[in-house]
Amino acid sequence: MPSALYIFAAVAVSAAITWGLRALPFAALAPLRASRTVSYLSTRMPAGVMVILLVYCLRGTSLDRPAAAIAPVAALAATVVLHLWRRNALLSIMGGTCVSVVLASTLPFH
Amino acid sequence: MKLHTVRAVFRDSAAVGFGLVPLGLAFGVIITHAGLPWWCAPLFTGLVYAGSLEFLLVGLVVAVAPLATVALTALLVNVRHVFYALSFPLHRVRGRAARAYSTFSLTDEAYALTAGEQGRMWPGPRILLLQLFLQLYWVGGATVGALLGSVIPDSVKGLDFAMTALFAVLALEALRNWRADVPTPVLALLSALAARVLFPGALLPAAFAMFTVGLLLRRIRLEECEECAVDA
Repeated sequence: MPSALYIFAAVAVSAAITWGLRALPFAALAPLRASRTVSYLSTRMPAGVMVILLVYCLRGTSLDRPAAAIAPVAALAATVVLHLWRRNALLSIMGGTCVSVVLASTLPFH
Repeated sequence: MKLHTVRAVFRDSAAVGFGLVPLGLAFGVIITHAGLPWWCAPLFTGLVYAGSLEFLLVGLVVAVAPLATVALTALLVNVRHVFYALSFPLHRVRGRAARAYSTFSLTDEAYALTAGEQGRMWPGPRILLLQLFLQLYWVGGATVGALLGSVIPDSVKGLDFAMTALFAVLALEALRNWRADVPTPVLALLSALAARVLFPGALLPAAFAMFTVGLLLRRIRLEECEECAVDA
C-alpha cells in the first residue's frame, strides 16, 4: 500500500509535467500561428488525434487471445452502431459501457 | 457573466459532460477497487486532470513505481498536448490566472469542443467557463464513484471501457465534420497501428509523431500540385 506522501509526490510530478506540456508550447509556437501549414494541420488534426486515442484505448485487445477480445470488440461495435443510429453521445457511451460490463463480468475469460 | 452564457455553456458541454460523468464514476470505482483511498479521486482529477494518464497512474501508484517512471509516463502519454497549442484559441483568453487555468485544463475534450467549427466564435470567458464545467463533471463523477466504489463488488468488470467509448464517439463526431477528407483518419489509423507494432511501450508519442509527419508530407505534396497547376 503506497504512503500518502508517495501518492502526493506522484500526483505533483504528473501534474507539473502535464501542465508544462499544455502551457509551454503556446510560447514556443506563437510565431507559427499565421502559417498556412499550421492552419492546415490544425483543421485536419482533431479527427486523427481521436482515432489514435481510440487505438490507444484498445491496445490491450489482441486477436491472439480472441476470447478476451469478445467484450471490448462487442462493446465498441455497440458504441459505434448506437452513435451512427441516434447520434447521442450519452446513449452511445452508456450503451457501449453496459455491453462491456455485462460481457466482461459474465464471460469466464476475464 | 450573463445567465444566458452560462446556459449556452451548459448546452455546449452537455454532450461531453454526459460522457465525462459516467466515465468519472467508473474511474472512481476503479480507484477504490485498486485499494487506493477515496480521496485519490478528487486529488487525481483535480490536480493531474488528464484522463488517460490518471487511469495509468492508478496502476503506477498501486505498484509504488519510481517517480522517474511516473514522470516518463506522464511525458509520453501527454506529449500529444503539445500539438493542441497549434489551434487552441488561447489568444481569446485574457489575464494571467485565466490563461493559467485554461492551459492547465486543456484536455482532449476541451480541445475537441473549442477548436472545432462550433467554437470558432466563442469569446474567452465562454471558453474558460466551458473548461471549468468539464472539470467539475470529471471531479464530481470520480469522487462520487470512489465513495460508492466499496458498495460495488469486485466481480463487476469492464467499466474502464467508458474511456474507449468516449474516444470512439469523439472520433465519429470529428470524422463527420471532415466527411470528405478520408486520408486523414486513414493516416491516423495506420500511424496508430504501426506505432502499436513498432513502439508498443510508447504508442501515443510514436503515433502522434508519425501522423504529424504524414500530414506535413501530404501538405507539401498538395502545395507542389498547386504550383504545377499555376505553372501550366
